Amino acid sequence: MRPGRRVFLRVAGSAAVASAAAVALGCAASGIRRRRLGMAIDVRKCVAADGCRSCIDACHRAHNVPAIPDVRHEVKWIWKEPFERALAVEDADTITAALRGRSVTVFCNHCDNPPCVRVCPTQATWARDDGVVTVDAHRCIGCRYCVAACPYGSRSFNWVDPQPFVPSPLSPYPARTRGVVEKCNLCEERLAVGQLPACVEACPEHAMVFGDLRDPASDIRRLLAERYAIRRRPELGTRPQVYYVI
Amino acid sequence: MRDRGWILGAFAVVLVLVTWPAWRAVASAPPRRPDLPRPAGATACVAPVEFMRASHMTLLVQWRDRVVRDGVRTYVDSDGRVVTMSLSGTCIGACHTDKTKFCDRCHDYAGVTPTCWNCHVVPPAVTVAGGVR
Amino acid sequence: MFMFEKALRGGRGYWAWMTVLLAVAGAGAWSYGVQLQTGLGVTGLSRDITWGLYIAQFTFLVGVAASAVMVVLPYYLHDYKLFARVTILGEFLAITAVVMCGLFIVIDMGQPSRVLNVLRYPTPWSMMFWDMAALGGYLALNVVITRVTLEAERTGAAPPRWIRPVIVLSIPWAISIHTVTAFLYNGLPGRSFWLTAMLAPRFLVSAFAAGPALLILLCLGLRRWWRLRVAREAIGSIAVIVAYATATHVFFLLLEMFTAFYSQVPEHVLHFRYLYAGLEGHAALVPWMWASAGLAVVALVLLIVPATRSRDATLAVACAAVFVSLWIDKGLGLIVGGFVPSPLGAVADYVPTARELTITAGVWAVGAAMVTAFFKITTDVRASDR
Repeated sequence: MRPGRRVFLRVAGSAAVASAAAVALGCAASGIRRRRLGMAIDVRKCVAADGCRSCIDACHRAHNVPAIPDVRHEVKWIWKEPFERALAVEDADTITAALRGRSVTVFCNHCDNPPCVRVCPTQATWARDDGVVTVDAHRCIGCRYCVAACPYGSRSFNWVDPQPFVPSPLSPYPARTRGVVEKCNLCEERLAVGQLPACVEACPEHAMVFGDLRDPASDIRRLLAERYAIRRRPELGTRPQVYYVI
Repeated sequence: MRDRGWILGAFAVVLVLVTWPAWRAVASAPPRRPDLPRPAGATACVAPVEFMRASHMTLLVQWRDRVVRDGVRTYVDSDGRVVTMSLSGTCIGACHTDKTKFCDRCHDYAGVTPTCWNCHVVPPAVTVAGGVR
Repeated sequence: MFMFEKALRGGRGYWAWMTVLLAVAGAGAWSYGVQLQTGLGVTGLSRDITWGLYIAQFTFLVGVAASAVMVVLPYYLHDYKLFARVTILGEFLAITAVVMCGLFIVIDMGQPSRVLNVLRYPTPWSMMFWDMAALGGYLALNVVITRVTLEAERTGAAPPRWIRPVIVLSIPWAISIHTVTAFLYNGLPGRSFWLTAMLAPRFLVSAFAAGPALLILLCLGLRRWWRLRVAREAIGSIAVIVAYATATHVFFLLLEMFTAFYSQVPEHVLHFRYLYAGLEGHAALVPWMWASAGLAVVALVLLIVPATRSRDATLAVACAAVFVSLWIDKGLGLIVGGFVPSPLGAVADYVPTARELTITAGVWAVGAAMVTAFFKITTDVRASDR
């Protein structure tokens, strides 16, 4: 047998081993119940920590996100946006003083019906079974159709070579090259080894709650059952899976 | 055909230009086979050496698609060992720790510049002298 | 194959013109090389305005390509004999425009070497897939049609019977390319400027004004400086088409404005306000948009009054006004206007860089050279038959 074929079979075999392991650990691919991952942000806790950048720094460090000084070429996975803009509240004067003029964390909503996935001409971006909308930078042709399609501004294009702008020390996560689109991947590389998303772990206010939205006993479901939560622009039918608890 | 001289002349010029790198390689001294150090501590690669020498890129592309597209991160090699499918983590991080003396040396010899390194920058923790390219 | 040898023989004027065009194309290619090396950061595009001049040119030129239908349809479906000698010019213009579209698409890509991924991973739910299929098919149709009909002209024989259904197919196909191009934009949630079913009709009607206007300008130029004769009555008929299409374009634009400004829904109003009045101190496109509006009015007057429509000089001014007006409206306003303000309310201006303008000029030079060569071939074929 030629080595090429043997190697291929090994890869296939290792997939079976890996999914068996996954079943044993009680997570994805069990075939009985798929996870639906999502996030809830306690807006009051988040805005109270004005000027806090813990989640941003942790995420951008973990994923080698460049710090490009030219705002036109900025790349960001997670950032703070004025509350009124992030949640499209037009009449800012009547908002409670606790929220007015404050900033809240925004990032990819990992929509249930993601327009970015719908428009991508090469399936370089797609939604996984557990709802994580991810990007294959190897396949991306850099057409930026997904950037136009995202109603949340969550996607960044690499206008220039990002690597000179990646702060050292580098993280093990692959960097990106110029000409491809990137965004929050809900730390799928950390989830795979049983860690929480970097932003969740770094938040000093414990304002970010991550979990399985299909599990009624999860922390996130309990929080959403207790308190009123809104999503960004739900009228667009994208079904965002990041909830802002008011 | 009064244009014959022009046509054949242009044809010859194009032929020389297209084959130029080959002529240059022939003219210069034949390069020595690169000296590739065996990784200390590691006894065997994930596949036979002959296969890896010729087809490691095929394997890496398979790994890439399994990890990125299917979310499967481990691989069982020909000896039954389970390894993490990662270029900078496993291949370089755990085995061929000096990329410059292994990957780069042979790629230079073969005259190829893989684009893998554009993104898969080896973190300084596992980079030895020479840094990342 | 395309009787190309005829494009390789010409007088001093022909070669001087071609040399100028190739020099501009060369400058564009050089600039593109720089863009390829350093990335799309050499353009004026940004995080908030991710499509600009390139994609706008693409959109405008799909319209020019589709507009060939305005001469093909009357001739082949209504047997409008006056257009007998002008249809092939329209089809050659379409071929050129589609090739320019392809160039602009590749130039706009961040990873152009991966362009074949669109075919390796065909994605029917992406409108870009259908746009590529529609444009590729349209190019193939027109290459076959022009080749066969011009060959028939050369030999003086009637074209083969099978070409007629191919030509008839090209008519709905032309409509489809610009409809699918509109679908690229008007199916995106959160981009309210484009989120209107009016977009495809607007695209088509502005194309049916700009494309034939360009064709008239070329025919007038050919009559004056070249041996290619196009009957005055044929040009007059195309002028009527341009008049109707321009009027309809203005009407459609006003319909859009009514919906936005009477409903007063901010996300519909703000894009128009940015384009025509400026927003938060950003007003880069305001003079352009008013120039477009002014030119449209001038063109409409000149096209509607029979005396000015039938005089070559005033008709040429009118057609140039239509072309420039619509180039601004579609080639600048429609694409950039859709990005400002951004979904998060960010307002920024987009100013193309010199590099970007050079690349764009290079593609237009390639197009001009193609049209010149095609028209030269047609002229020579017609000069040799008697």
